[in-house]
Amino acid sequence: MASGAVYSHRDPMLKKRDDFEDILEERRNSSDLRYALRCYTPLFYKGVAPCKPSMLKSMVLQSDQLHYVINQVSKETGRETGVVQDEASAILEEMAHTLQLSTVRFFAFTLSKVFKSLFRSICVNEEGIQRLQQAIREHPVVLLPSHRSYMDFLLMSYLLYTYDLTLPVIAAGMDFMGMKFVGEMLRMSGAFFIRRSFGGDKLYWAVFSEYVKTMLKNGFAPVEFFLEGTRSRTSKSLTPKLGLLNIAMDPFLKGQVFDVNVVPVSISYERILEETLYARELLGIPKPKESTSGLFKARKVLSEDYGSIHVYFGQPVSVRSLAEGRVDRCQFNLVPRHIPSRADEDIHSFVNDSAYKLVRAQEENMVLKPWVLLASLLLQNQAAGQKQGVALDELTAQAVWLRDLSRQYGAFLHWPDQMSPSEVVSSSLSLHRGLVRICEGKVQLAVEQEGAPVGPGEPRSTVTPEEKLLSQAVIVLSCASYRNQALHVFLRPALLASAIHAASSNQKQEVFNGFSFLRNMFSNEFILCPGATVQDFEEACYLLVKTGALQVTEQEVLVTEGGHRTLAFLISMLDPFLQGYQVVCRFLCEEATESLTEKQFIPAVRKFIIKHLLAGRLRHAEVLSSDLQKNSLAAFLRLGAVQRIKGVDQGTLKVNTVMVNSLEDTLGGKLPTQKAVAARL
Amino acid sequence: MDHKHGSSMASNSSGSDRQRVAQQRLRIIAGHLQRPVDVDSTIRAAECKAQGTETHVEEKTVPKRRQEIMKWNGWGYSDTKFLFNKKGQAEFTGKRYKLSGMIIPALKEWMEGTFGTNMQHKSPATPILTSGAVQPPTLNEAFVEELTSTGIPFSLDAEDRVFRAHGHCLHEIFALREGKVGRVPDLVVWPNCHNDVVKIVELACKHGVCLIPYGGGTSVSSGLECPPEETRSIVSLDTSQMNRILWIDEKNLTAHMEAGIVGQDLERLLNESGYCTGHEPDSMEFSSLGGWVATRASGMKKNIYGNIEDLVVHVRMVTPQGVIEKSCQGPRMSIGPDIHHFILGSEGTLGVVTEVTMKIRPVPEYQKYGSVVFPSFEQGVACLREVAKQRCAPASIRLMDNEQFKFGHALKPQVSSMFTSFLDGLKTFYITKFKGFEPNSLCVATLLFEGGREKVLQHEKQVYDIAAKFGGLAAGEDNGQRGYMLTFVIAYLRDLGMDYYVIGESFETSVPWDRVLDICRNVKARITRECKDKGVQFAPLSSCRVTQTYDAGACVYFYFAFNYRGLSDPVHVYDEVEHAAREEILANGGSLSHHHGVGKLRKEWMREAVSNVGMGMLKSVKDYVDPNNIFGNRNLL
Repeated sequence: MASGAVYSHRDPMLKKRDDFEDILEERRNSSDLRYALRCYTPLFYKGVAPCKPSMLKSMVLQSDQLHYVINQVSKETGRETGVVQDEASAILEEMAHTLQLSTVRFFAFTLSKVFKSLFRSICVNEEGIQRLQQAIREHPVVLLPSHRSYMDFLLMSYLLYTYDLTLPVIAAGMDFMGMKFVGEMLRMSGAFFIRRSFGGDKLYWAVFSEYVKTMLKNGFAPVEFFLEGTRSRTSKSLTPKLGLLNIAMDPFLKGQVFDVNVVPVSISYERILEETLYARELLGIPKPKESTSGLFKARKVLSEDYGSIHVYFGQPVSVRSLAEGRVDRCQFNLVPRHIPSRADEDIHSFVNDSAYKLVRAQEENMVLKPWVLLASLLLQNQAAGQKQGVALDELTAQAVWLRDLSRQYGAFLHWPDQMSPSEVVSSSLSLHRGLVRICEGKVQLAVEQEGAPVGPGEPRSTVTPEEKLLSQAVIVLSCASYRNQALHVFLRPALLASAIHAASSNQKQEVFNGFSFLRNMFSNEFILCPGATVQDFEEACYLLVKTGALQVTEQEVLVTEGGHRTLAFLISMLDPFLQGYQVVCRFLCEEATESLTEKQFIPAVRKFIIKHLLAGRLRHAEVLSSDLQKNSLAAFLRLGAVQRIKGVDQGTLKVNTVMVNSLEDTLGGKLPTQKAVAARL
Repeated sequence: MDHKHGSSMASNSSGSDRQRVAQQRLRIIAGHLQRPVDVDSTIRAAECKAQGTETHVEEKTVPKRRQEIMKWNGWGYSDTKFLFNKKGQAEFTGKRYKLSGMIIPALKEWMEGTFGTNMQHKSPATPILTSGAVQPPTLNEAFVEELTSTGIPFSLDAEDRVFRAHGHCLHEIFALREGKVGRVPDLVVWPNCHNDVVKIVELACKHGVCLIPYGGGTSVSSGLECPPEETRSIVSLDTSQMNRILWIDEKNLTAHMEAGIVGQDLERLLNESGYCTGHEPDSMEFSSLGGWVATRASGMKKNIYGNIEDLVVHVRMVTPQGVIEKSCQGPRMSIGPDIHHFILGSEGTLGVVTEVTMKIRPVPEYQKYGSVVFPSFEQGVACLREVAKQRCAPASIRLMDNEQFKFGHALKPQVSSMFTSFLDGLKTFYITKFKGFEPNSLCVATLLFEGGREKVLQHEKQVYDIAAKFGGLAAGEDNGQRGYMLTFVIAYLRDLGMDYYVIGESFETSVPWDRVLDICRNVKARITRECKDKGVQFAPLSSCRVTQTYDAGACVYFYFAFNYRGLSDPVHVYDEVEHAAREEILANGGSLSHHHGVGKLRKEWMREAVSNVGMGMLKSVKDYVDPNNIFGNRNLL
């Protein structure tokens, strides 16, 4: 439970991970009904019996914290406290969960059926479950699963029920509430609902934070939420949102509990249910609003094979150990603790750093399937312009090479070693046959499919070049979402490789500057722990040196003879992102008008990119991803290359053309990094 | 270390007993009367020229050669200790205390169950100090020569010097038990009056000698430790012979004393005239008036009488710059910052307190103990908070947690009759079975009421009514009285523990009401966690109690002890755990100390406790008063 255990930089090969058990196996061999109705007797935190939802609500409403804010709001708005009190109570009604075992049993039954038909197996590390069980008994627990699918939180509750653990209460976005019946079902299975944005609403914040804290302080149930805030449409981990983590850490920081244990949980899907849905969303093909009928339409999904799910319950992280030597808790001594206060800078940065560490811990324990490696290779081949695809045996050979490399980089790769590599490759390809095409022993992405088989009877004009491009992009982005699962393994070496590639000399300092520039540039895109530049650089060097691709001396960084292949692979890994950011720069310089608002940004930049893609000036259809575009804008805003002007029109963007130009050049390796860094200052 | 409370205090449960109590006290004193034979030729009898007479000389409790009646390597009187007799039962020896001479049947089992001790595994102390262990004195010849000519008695004897080189911190006693001695004073001097002190301080300044004032020797802050880096000759200034009551003023209810008088003598002598100060720190058998002033002491009955700062009317202190005192005895003054507050808590860094005028009160007519059992510690704290809110706290109210409740039970002496034992069984049955209290979570508050008989009974009812609102059940006078007894025997018990590989200590803090529960839980948990992390084999005893209530908060005591078998450096582990516990206290809004003081043990946290400016203020006072650091014990700053 030491803080060092969150993640460590040293040799990732040595990382010890638990074994998995398939929980569906038992479900296939025994009655689901009996399972759903079995005796459920979890062990609670320090023997505290769980609290009825109604009692929880009254505890919240009677808390000093809430009373204080109610009086404050009443004074500020001139409304009577009774009125404000009622409002608070209404907020709580809208928010609170109504967990009941019968609903959980219903889900246990139906989900057993659903899971068995969708998935080959659901694998769980049982040692992680045991650690979690102990943590729940000793401390208030926060569960932090990764978020890739709607399935995540039902799956989590299902697992905790299966293992006889205290059922969690789960922070869910209000959008679920749109689905009337399902929303209430979810509420009864432990979800509580929070509005997506309530920035200035003091009362809402007070009710919400007190609700979460009351559950934690008393240890009634593990509190579960998604650090990433929302489902990642790209399968890359999203930069963490801090609101809930702030609230969850507060009881420890203010001494109201001895410790809080945070358990990162990594859920990896071999095939994501929402695969093409996400790709369409990223391309701006509008997503249907969550609705119950929409969910039923998803029934056709039930007939498909989605492979397996791996759920890894990570080492519980003690907030106390995280805070050791980082936070001076004495700062809370001088103000009564029920008075809400703005978090100080050091608390903010502590929570932020912790959040990054926790997301990294999620990443590290994500199980990678061989297909993830194949997707990476196929995307690279496609971008390199190999129209004919790559021969199957060649692909197999590449995959084996990449398997060995990724293992050395510490990837949690589930490659069935009992099968021959070619069997592994072909079974992976067949599971994802919607994304690849095998033609005459050559494998390529299924991008040409849509355009090619146009029957003679159909008029050619029905498919515009733009539509064709978008449908290709759906395949590319789907594929990229699998490659992205492995990005965290290669990210640091890839940043180093790109920095070496861009540097004009072998000087270590110059390479470091380049590395640091790229790392800074991409810190909205990838999970890069704040302030860990030197550590990351050292880790990247360590990995590349260890695999013989690099020699690093005091002064110089030298690529070895055998290292070029690795470096080329790594550079290609990062290339779509580099190109994406460059093209956004281009857009900002060429097309951004005075009146460009933040809202218009995505459609405008998409139009610009489509134009360039059609003209053949860009290699990567991936740059069409709105995720990448949003992240790049966030980066430019952070660096001050673009400014938000708060005027009449909300959020007009003002572009610093000189700076954007220089960033673009540096990204393209045309400028030494020092200058771009200086420009930032 | 807990401050001990008066030997006879534990037994005067009613006004009618007072006569008997006074008798008993005199008996105890008679036991202390063997005056030491002047074996040491350097000790010279010299009459002090100050006011007062020699008539009280026979009643001195504390002889110059303290080692003749007190342990040199443990707590308290040499004739009093816990031991396991031949039958393997725990027994408390001697005749001084109510518990003396009694068998304590449950103690062995409690120790075995709590610490995993084993009667076969003993860790006995070195019986006598080998003379080689003590460094020969570094003397300042000129100083010694002039001191000799003043006729003030002094000694170079090794035993005398070792006795004054320590207080009662765990590490200090542990080292002595192992026969290890660090830097000790080079000379011990016994002034007989204020003027003697003036002379000594003048000589020390003149010859560049380091002075360390010594009162009762009950420090638990490393306050008496000689700084190892001190190169000058160190002189321990023992105030024990300045122990007279100089006058009693019945019109104004004040008394003027020499500062070396120890608590039990002060109360006894005042009682003879029908008065008391009401200041009863747990250490009052041994601690001195000057020591109380120098450390900002707190007494058990502060709810009626106040803490030392409330009791002091006038103080006289000798400093290197001269004597500091106020010009009158007005009850309150607005003449700038109160100079008494430079003296109170100065911990011997500025000078020697020689004389003090204190408030006195008539001896109370009636005293009554009491106790309340609560189903949980949380409810107990809520009750104490309510009592404080209504400002109706009895003379003393203390809340022990479940562990201490059990500990208190383990200290029950053998019951004399079947009937008492039957009653005990009945009480336990009533509380745990009939009232549904969980034996592993209930806790007990002990109470002491004092005053006019009618008022006490009225007051008692008020407090019990409040307690009932928080689920409290009255649990009788005996439980209350035993609770207070626990306070003074616990220090003797530590010596027993140390015979069986158990080391421990207590420490205290003060904290706002809303954080009391949090601090108790977190510090106890931290102690348990740290012990585990540091390789302690058995779970430690980690326990607490709320010992004082104030309008805005409470004083909390923590007790912590563990079995150190299997550890190579137990004292180091102990220190680390205590350090971590103090960090935890501070992080939870607790103070650095409520009444033990800072000394050298808690010095590292002073700056954050009082801010840079505060530290600068204190330093500048020190620099003015004692520019050459004559009072060089290096406490506090």
